[in-house]
Amino acid sequence: MILDSTKAAALVFVAAILQASVFSSVEILNGTPDLLLVTIICVALLRGPVVGAAAGFWGGILLDTANLATLGVTSLLLTISGYWTGRYGETTGRDRAHAPFVSVAVITFLYALGSLAFHFVLGEPAPARTVLWSTLFQGIALNLALTWPVYRLARLVLRQVERRERVQRIHALGQ
Amino acid sequence: MVGVLTVVSLALVTVYFRESDGGALHSLQSTGATVLSPFEVGAERVARPFRDAAGWFDGLLDAKSENRKLKEQLDALRQEVILTQSALRENTQLKKLLTYLEGPTFPKDYRPVAARVIARAPSQYTQQIVVSAGKNDGIAKHDAVVTGDGLVGEVTKVASHVAQVTLLTDPQSAVSALDIHSNADGLLQLDQSGSTLILDRVTKDQKVDRGDVIVTSGFRSGDLSSLYPRGIPLGVVTSVSQTDTDIYKKVQVDPYVDFPNLEAVIVLVKKPGAK
Repeated sequence: MILDSTKAAALVFVAAILQASVFSSVEILNGTPDLLLVTIICVALLRGPVVGAAAGFWGGILLDTANLATLGVTSLLLTISGYWTGRYGETTGRDRAHAPFVSVAVITFLYALGSLAFHFVLGEPAPARTVLWSTLFQGIALNLALTWPVYRLARLVLRQVERRERVQRIHALGQ
Repeated sequence: MVGVLTVVSLALVTVYFRESDGGALHSLQSTGATVLSPFEVGAERVARPFRDAAGWFDGLLDAKSENRKLKEQLDALRQEVILTQSALRENTQLKKLLTYLEGPTFPKDYRPVAARVIARAPSQYTQQIVVSAGKNDGIAKHDAVVTGDGLVGEVTKVASHVAQVTLLTDPQSAVSALDIHSNADGLLQLDQSGSTLILDRVTKDQKVDRGDVIVTSGFRSGDLSSLYPRGIPLGVVTSVSQTDTDIYKKVQVDPYVDFPNLEAVIVLVKKPGAK
């Protein structure tokens, strides 16, 4: 459990550092990929809502610290994103191959909406047209492009525990 | 658990907004940023060749027609270009910085602190970067940040080893500026669409022409003075128009600084005793 959490935390740490220093300056057709969000969604799908929420909180704190941005804003949004994705992964999305892609598309859209609302409430610039029209669809497309490799990587990193937790033997009742 | 994390996040936002820049949370963040900065610098260095390669391919798409003619030459040079482009671009920027530092336009009351760009704000809400120099290098809030091309922005937050810079292209930035040809003055800021820099508050009786160079005015009026020293280049006028109903001219300015590709900057730190 501790090893699993450490691995997830390390994965999120690397994603947050790469997001702050590399991915945030990548601009393709006005869109910017969000590696941290995709990583948290993948961790949440593989490890459930509680770990997803904790990963979101940790990633948000790291990103806000690295950017000297308002502490707590990204944490809140990513905590909710991680929790929701974890719940989806445990219920409707369980064992569905398309679950990571559906989650990334929906969460990227909701994250943009939530982020816009939050900035508006805090009295910061909230350019709705730019966020919801000029960059949103490109952002979703770029995040979807990241989904498969990031999900594979997350599975690889968290695999050992998955194997250990897998059912080893079944005893039929009454035998 | 989830409820606790949500409440903690909200508490962080609330406390962060209410406390001053020297508060406990700001100090904690400053320490955290200092701890994270070596990782960011490392990641940025590792990724730079890949980013340059990506930028190279991006440029290739734009120059498709030209590329057809030069394809044979490009194939041979491609590998070499990718390897050397990173070093070349850095070299060009550093040379420009050096020329500016040694040139006559460098403000004499200021000391230059060179810094590398290590992070960029990942949102459309703000135009900010984080640079690899902070309080320990003498940087303070509101210090001007420049490159060899012109004004980049203003320091808005400072930690021990890193500082946040709000760019000129941020919706909340504004600089008092003047036309060096006609002395017409105004306020350089982003227009309402958020895509173009305009020289606002230029009255109709003032003369501004296309191609005029705009610089910081560095005004001083009693105790009140501009954050930026006088004479830092800002951009060039690309269009001038006026309507009967508007009391000001509409002056569009193309900035000199290549904001998306900033890699190194200079922070202007006031010398002790300078006015």
